[in-house]
Amino acid sequence: MAKFVRKGKGGMPSLNTSSLPDIIFMLLFFFMVTTTLRDTEKLVMVKLPEATEIVKLERKDLSSYINIGTPILSKQGEYGTDARIQLNDSFKTVDDIRDFIAAERENKSEADRNFMTVSIKADENVRMGIITDVKQELRRCSALKIMYSARSGKVK
Amino acid sequence: MAKRGIQEINAGSMADIAFLLLIFWLTTTTMDVDKGLQRRLPPMPETENQTDIKINQRNIIVVKINANDRLMAGGEALDVSQLKDKIIEFITNPTNDEKLPEKEMKDIEGFGQYPVSKGLVSLQNDRGTSYDSYIKVQNEIVRAFNEIRDDFAMSKFNKKYAMLDETQQKIVRDAIPQSISEAEPKDVGKRK
Repeated sequence: MAKFVRKGKGGMPSLNTSSLPDIIFMLLFFFMVTTTLRDTEKLVMVKLPEATEIVKLERKDLSSYINIGTPILSKQGEYGTDARIQLNDSFKTVDDIRDFIAAERENKSEADRNFMTVSIKADENVRMGIITDVKQELRRCSALKIMYSARSGKVK
Repeated sequence: MAKRGIQEINAGSMADIAFLLLIFWLTTTTMDVDKGLQRRLPPMPETENQTDIKINQRNIIVVKINANDRLMAGGEALDVSQLKDKIIEFITNPTNDEKLPEKEMKDIEGFGQYPVSKGLVSLQNDRGTSYDSYIKVQNEIVRAFNEIRDDFAMSKFNKKYAMLDETQQKIVRDAIPQSISEAEPKDVGKRK
C-alpha cells in the first residue's frame, strides 16, 4: 500500500513576490501613457450639462479650453458669484479671447493649426448671453471648430 | 579566507518604490476623456453688405428657446421630448408635403442618385436661455439626425451607422447632411 509521506513541516510556504515590482511598474507605465498631466488650476466651478449624442475629442493636444462658470468659493470674495471666463490660469474677459486664441495657435504645429478645436466647458447654469459673446468672438478670430463639452447622461 | 558568493541586492522594497511612483502619478494626472457636441461655427461675414442667401421658407425650421427655456419649433410650442420627432418628420418629409422641405436629386459618389433633403434647422436663443437647456435642445437635434442616418444605413446597408466602414459612412453623411445653423444672435443690442 502506498503511503502519503509528509515532507518537512507544515505551514504556509512564503509567496514569491519577486515579480511584484514588475507588475506595479507595468501599471505605472499604463497610467503614464493613458493620462495627461493636469496643467491648469480650476478657478471656476463647472458642472457640465448632460447630453447623449456626444462624441470624443479626437486630438486632445490640438484643443484649447475655455472654462465658464461661477468662481470657486475662495475666489468669490474677490470676483463675486457671476459667471466668469477662465483662460489658462486667470479670469479673463471676452476681449482677451482673441489673444488667447492667437497664443494657442502659435503653440500648435503649422500643419495642425486648422484642426484646432476650442472646447467650451461651461456650467449648466450659465446663461447663454456669455456663451454667445464667446462664440461671436471665436468667429471673429476664425476659430470655428468648437465643442460644447458635456458629460454622458441618460435620455429622459 | 572563506570564499564569498556575489551578494544579491535586496529587491524587496522595489515594489514599495514602484507603488509610490504609481500613486504619485495617479494623483497628479487626469484621465477624463473630453466628450461633447462638436459644431462648426459659420465664418464671420467679411463685409457689411452680407449677401442674402435666399432660402425657401419651407426649407427652414426655426427652433427658438426663450429666456424661460421654453421651446418653439416651426411655429408651435413644444416640449424638448417632442422636438426629435418633429425634426425627423421635417427632414425626411415622408409624404412629400408641400409645406415641408423639398428634396434635390444628388449624385452621391459610390452610391448613385438619392433625393437629399434641403431642410435646415435654425437654432435661435435668447441671452437669458440657460446653457443646460440649450445643450439639451442641441442634443435632441443631433439625436434626430443620428436617427435618420441610422434608418438610412439600416435600409441601405443593413447596419447601424456606427458599424459602417469609412466610405459607407461618407455616403450616409452625404445623403443626410447635418444642416444645423446657429443663428446670428438677434438680441446683441449694444456692441462694445
